[in-house]
Amino acid sequence: MILVPALNEEAAIGAVIQEVRQVIPGVPILVIDDCSADSTAAVARQAGADVLSLPTHLGLGGCVQAGYRLAFELGFDYVIRLDGDGQHDPRYIPQILEKLKESGAQMVIGSRFLDEDTPYTSWVRKWGIYFFRAILRPILGKPVRDPTSGFVGVNREALALFSKSFPLEYPEIEALVVLQRRAFRFEEVPCQMRPRRTGRSTITATRSLYYIIHVLLGVFVNILKFERHRWRR
Amino acid sequence: MDRLSNALSLFSLGLFVLVLSSLRRAHIRVEYSVSWLGAAAVLFVVSRSPSLMRWLADALGIDDPPLALLATCMAVFLFVFYRFSVMVSNLKDANIALTQRLAILEFYLRSQNEGNKS
Repeated sequence: MILVPALNEEAAIGAVIQEVRQVIPGVPILVIDDCSADSTAAVARQAGADVLSLPTHLGLGGCVQAGYRLAFELGFDYVIRLDGDGQHDPRYIPQILEKLKESGAQMVIGSRFLDEDTPYTSWVRKWGIYFFRAILRPILGKPVRDPTSGFVGVNREALALFSKSFPLEYPEIEALVVLQRRAFRFEEVPCQMRPRRTGRSTITATRSLYYIIHVLLGVFVNILKFERHRWRR
Repeated sequence: MDRLSNALSLFSLGLFVLVLSSLRRAHIRVEYSVSWLGAAAVLFVVSRSPSLMRWLADALGIDDPPLALLATCMAVFLFVFYRFSVMVSNLKDANIALTQRLAILEFYLRSQNEGNKS
């Protein structure tokens, strides 16, 4: 199943669904509409996707988790998530799926920075990614090139975990720690991202500091949670 | 009694009246009003009792009894705020889970209706 979380993406969502259908025809596409004010849900239905409409706005983490929960209940073995703004190129979905199957890793990240010469979108993002790479390296026990990528595939084990426990705000980095603390593995495959078709990133320069503090706190809380569970055993 | 303890007495009475009127208008639930009413009652009693205030000041090692009461007040209100933050967090978690479940049930219902139509 393909999951597409979307908030006010009526201008982009139709094209994203069509592209996905061209790349992998017949695979169910689920758009999770995070209570959009525009006609995102209607456009997505018209384009042939199923739509999970949230009655109130939950934010990215709550929105993605709702999709994971439904996919898990419906019995899917592999789920690939891509953004509804057109940044993630669906042509890389087969590589992510193949890596999930072939490696046995619970999560595969579509990574922008596996190729050293990939340009960064801004210096704030560049240093933010360097910072989180350095923080995550000892925690995860292996390097991660693109910890903020939302273009990810998960298998059923990760789906079971995430449908119960998934970070609510800025979930990508914390999700890696949640996986690692359960001794699950992740892999990365190279992919290129495109400029978003519409809208703006939720992580603006002014919100970057809040983002860093929030994610750091989330990472350490996840570590503490796990340690507490281990002591109780 | 100095002006600070008089001000604290007035504040506690104001708080008491505010919470009671909110209860009457159903703006606050009874279980959430108990902390505020308790805090207002204790604040009023201690602010009107010089011996209690002196005992409190000695216990805290603060020279000025009304100042000791003010410090205690702030500590109590911080604790109440913390308690409400915990409650809000629990409510948010419950709200997210309910919202997700409602959306999933609506999804199943819609799928079933579409299946029946076709």
